[in-house]
Amino acid sequence: MTTMDARSMGTSVRRIEGPDKVTGTATYAGDSVADGTLVLHPVQAGVARGEITAIDTAAAQALPGVVAVLTHRDAPTLGDTGDPEHRVLQGTTIHHRGQYVAAVLAEHAEVAAEAARLVVVTVDENPSTTGFDPDAQAYTPSALANGQPPDSGVGDPDAALAAAPVVVRASYATPMEHHNPMEPHTTTATWVDGRIEVFEATQGVESSRQTLATLFDAEVVVHASHVGGGFGSKGLHAGTVLAVLAARTVPGRPVRFALGRRQMFETVGYRPATVQHMALGASRDGRLEVVTHDVVGATARYKEFVEPAGGSTRSMYAAPHRRTSHRAVPLDLDGPTYMRGPGEAPGSFGLECAMDELAVALDLDPIDLRVRNEPEVHPENGLPFSSRGLVECLHAGAERFGWSSWDRTPRRRLVDGWWHGVGVGCGTFPTLRFPGSAAEITFTGGRYVVAIGAADIGQGARTVLTQIAADALGVDVGSITVEIGSTQVPVGSIAGGSAGTASWGSTVVEAADRFRDKYGENPDDGDHADAATPDNPWAGEYAMAAYCAQFAEVAVHADTGEIRVPRLLGMFGVGRILNPTLGRSQLQGGMVWGLSMALHEESVVDPRFGEVINHDFAGYHVASNADVRVVEAEWIDEDDPYINPMGAKGIGEIGIVGVSAAIANAAYHATGVRVRSLPITCDDFLTSGLL
Amino acid sequence: MKPFTYARPSEASEAVAALAADPDARFLAGGTNLLDHLKLGVVEPSQLVDVNRVTSTAIEDLPDGGLRIGAGVPNSDLAADPRVRERYPAVAAAILAGASGQLRNMASTGGNLLQRTRCVYFADPTTPCTKRDLSQGCSAREGWARYHAILGTAADGCIATHPSDLAVALVAVDAQVQVLGPDGARTIPIGELHRLPGDDPTRDTVLAHGDLITAVDLPAPTPAVRNSTYRKVRDRASYAFALVSAAVALEVRDGTVADVRIALGGVAHKPWRATVAEAALRGRPATDDEFRAAIAAELDAAEPVRSPLGGNTFKLPLVTGTVVSTLRGLAGGTA
Amino acid sequence: MARIRTTVDGLVYEDDVEPRMLLVQYLRERLGKTGTVIGCDTSNCGACTVHLDGLSVKSCSVLAVQANGSEVLTVEGLERDGQLHPVQQAFHDNHALQCGYCTPGMIMQSIDLLGDNPDPTEQEVREGIEGNLCRCTGYQNIVRAVQDAAQKMKPGATASQPASVAGGGA
Repeated sequence: MTTMDARSMGTSVRRIEGPDKVTGTATYAGDSVADGTLVLHPVQAGVARGEITAIDTAAAQALPGVVAVLTHRDAPTLGDTGDPEHRVLQGTTIHHRGQYVAAVLAEHAEVAAEAARLVVVTVDENPSTTGFDPDAQAYTPSALANGQPPDSGVGDPDAALAAAPVVVRASYATPMEHHNPMEPHTTTATWVDGRIEVFEATQGVESSRQTLATLFDAEVVVHASHVGGGFGSKGLHAGTVLAVLAARTVPGRPVRFALGRRQMFETVGYRPATVQHMALGASRDGRLEVVTHDVVGATARYKEFVEPAGGSTRSMYAAPHRRTSHRAVPLDLDGPTYMRGPGEAPGSFGLECAMDELAVALDLDPIDLRVRNEPEVHPENGLPFSSRGLVECLHAGAERFGWSSWDRTPRRRLVDGWWHGVGVGCGTFPTLRFPGSAAEITFTGGRYVVAIGAADIGQGARTVLTQIAADALGVDVGSITVEIGSTQVPVGSIAGGSAGTASWGSTVVEAADRFRDKYGENPDDGDHADAATPDNPWAGEYAMAAYCAQFAEVAVHADTGEIRVPRLLGMFGVGRILNPTLGRSQLQGGMVWGLSMALHEESVVDPRFGEVINHDFAGYHVASNADVRVVEAEWIDEDDPYINPMGAKGIGEIGIVGVSAAIANAAYHATGVRVRSLPITCDDFLTSGLL
Repeated sequence: MKPFTYARPSEASEAVAALAADPDARFLAGGTNLLDHLKLGVVEPSQLVDVNRVTSTAIEDLPDGGLRIGAGVPNSDLAADPRVRERYPAVAAAILAGASGQLRNMASTGGNLLQRTRCVYFADPTTPCTKRDLSQGCSAREGWARYHAILGTAADGCIATHPSDLAVALVAVDAQVQVLGPDGARTIPIGELHRLPGDDPTRDTVLAHGDLITAVDLPAPTPAVRNSTYRKVRDRASYAFALVSAAVALEVRDGTVADVRIALGGVAHKPWRATVAEAALRGRPATDDEFRAAIAAELDAAEPVRSPLGGNTFKLPLVTGTVVSTLRGLAGGTA
Repeated sequence: MARIRTTVDGLVYEDDVEPRMLLVQYLRERLGKTGTVIGCDTSNCGACTVHLDGLSVKSCSVLAVQANGSEVLTVEGLERDGQLHPVQQAFHDNHALQCGYCTPGMIMQSIDLLGDNPDPTEQEVREGIEGNLCRCTGYQNIVRAVQDAAQKMKPGATASQPASVAGGGA
């Protein structure tokens, strides 16, 4: 078993659509400006829970330029996808603030917005709970969002904790966070003769097509040439359903619904808040006897999604006794969803900070502690690892970072009024392959046209699939044309789960192999072959995952408590990097997400109003340019023959994992103040009494 | 947003008259803040009167060594002016600490002073806000009050802060604001332009409807003003509103504070001149202990908010740390 | 309705617009200039940045009527004789983009910055384009691209080969 030979893979082929993006000619879902396009503006619930008793649309309908006003009264019955979020305008019950209760269609955006404000919705309000209280009544979900069981265990963790010579117990909190891709969710939909054509900001054209086809019992075509970021939020949300419902009322006319930024804080999902109760027990020489990770997380009452924050604790470190558990507190908010590193990003904050606290308690270097607890096989299911680069990442990263030059004693280095310190945090992310894609390769005009309904949400699918196809066919990248981003080419699975490239790439390789088997090296014009995603023969035989070690230097101002991150280094064990330029950018971008999570991001729900109150980019901070200083992403050489033909592990999410813990641990090292709740801000230091 | 009409007069007096004739009309200068409020439904004017042609865009020397800044001078031009940078470093630094390049290109000097609070409840018409509507209560007191006031607040009243960085620096340098109103021209000391909320938080300033800022005069710089700076502490390294900011001017002679000006942002409904601290420091040794004691005296009157969504008690040590650090830096130490 | 006359990317347009129409809406909906995108509608993200009479502005915070009599330059008007503007070229050469949605605004603001400061330090770039948010790249290659463009735009510099390519290779 070996990975395929690489000629183009591993080189920095330039991004194919780069020229389109720097000239403004790359088209996004809202860029269709066909004549006659109507603009949709929604009317949204002003309360978190209740029943609509009346809707008065008269004033809105009377406004010049208004074409239609939709409410539940005249909406058709939709097919059932099993997702409550898709039941748009299907009844009078309000499940969350911001839920769509009506929509205005108008000739111009200004008129649509003005008319939407004139719609009067009368509601019988019911009591609601929208603030997350980790001590509230919680329930055990049937499964986590990734399908895994909520609880896992080996041995007798409570007894082991009672007996362990050194024990660390602490609780860690992560807040609600919103993805905020730069492109707001947008749909441009046209309904003609029972056929729906949609230009959609989506992470998966085929999954969107299937959902809309089920809802509307119609033929559906979905296009997504370019998508302005997704990060998990661009599944199919209620806004798309609303836009298609509206398009149905005006056959032949395109309808565009581009969300405003505020609407993105109430209708397209978020990472739910967690509180993670950690307990680690170890021998005095730093061998873990027991690890427990008990998570209480928020979910939505009307749509369950349980963040698998304890998931990676199941595989990170060896310990004979172990437990993870997840409990959910239901809230009357819109549904949480996958957000970059779902589970791993918040979960690594709990586990990796606790490991740091244990290292302090043991007076052990935190890198040594982790190395001492490296498992030989998966500690819960006993599978061997297909490859596992954690220890190598720790050593290589420490070397490059200059880790050993730092005295481990906290609060030792004061430079120009800033306390400096360093910290490390580790992480993992599963290496997946989704079934269900198909690829078609056609030789035409001397070129190989490779078609697969992949989505490029910024990761560079066009470019990397071109490289994979070139190597699989044994030709130059210049001979390849990749066609993606539409349901009018063979189906592609979603851009998600860090599995897009692995899933589509495996499929393309399979199609290329069949093409060469059928036609040899000298095909005729029009020759074509296709293939479905092959199963991985090693699935179930090996545990497959990417690993990382993240290093942070933090500075905290001695007078004001301001915190900065002058340096981040991520060392990654991710198999083969298919394109170093694109891959490094992905990893750096992920690391800056980790920085942003550590220092900035928090959606503040005001339970009196049932909404996120800091619902714009002035209130919800993402890392700005000046928050970022030196960010290095490097990787170890790793040849993994078991994961996919390319030997490439997904890199979309591993970049964020472990960063917030590395920063929190560095902040402790800098100041002696242990912050166990994100985001970390100046007040954490100002109120510690230690500055 | 609701429809409105648009006028672009060519004389200041016309603009003032247009507003005087229409109680629902508003001036439009750069529009960088007003347009957001139009989009959000925070204000719904009947008419916008564009004043971009009617106010000066020049920065002129005054006979006493000061400067007259036309109200139409864009923020970016003001920050770049070599005279401002040299004589009033706190003013240039304050502008550069605010907003972004694009907004500074568009935003005017006059408009900067009249921007409105960034309180999230003020900007969300679905939540009660006593600044938008006197008949409503303040949502921030029991809500997300991280960015809110600790000084000069009224019991149960508005705790919004004024967001302008420039205004804080102008208060520290004792600028004078030239105003043209329906009844003629007058001069208002900058420290008296902005109000505390008192019993009418809907009014940010003492200006009446139709009053147009035409210029801002900076008096001749004192040695302390020439040795001034602006320090802004925020939740990002740049591009965020202040948690606390301080415009500080300091003259030290023989180790003793000869002159000091301290104006604070992010702590009150108006830029807060720390007169108590200034008085406590004059004639005292320029040491950390003296700085700390002086700002502690200023904060005796502070009333931070404790809220279930995170209050702002941390601003007490933050103000202290910010001011002490800034004074220390101006006195030649490590800021 | 108000009559406005503007020059956009070198062409003169006259239109009747409602006073409440935003410049970005005018550009996209009336003129079809969809290269300028909307990211936040509250003047926070910078995606809609264009130049108004030579200076960068956020076109979601400018009324179309305010642009009356003015010159507007968008990302679509930067190319000259089929050649990318040096900043556009640098963004491509340095892989200073991923999803590309922030890119037009980033480029327009970077050009404004380089007009004021032809040779900015890394920190000056980070602060000079602070009002433009990017959610994909972590900003690293964007800063590199702006500095690369600065070198290319210096008098006497040759505009042939990229000085640096992120991650090596091309």
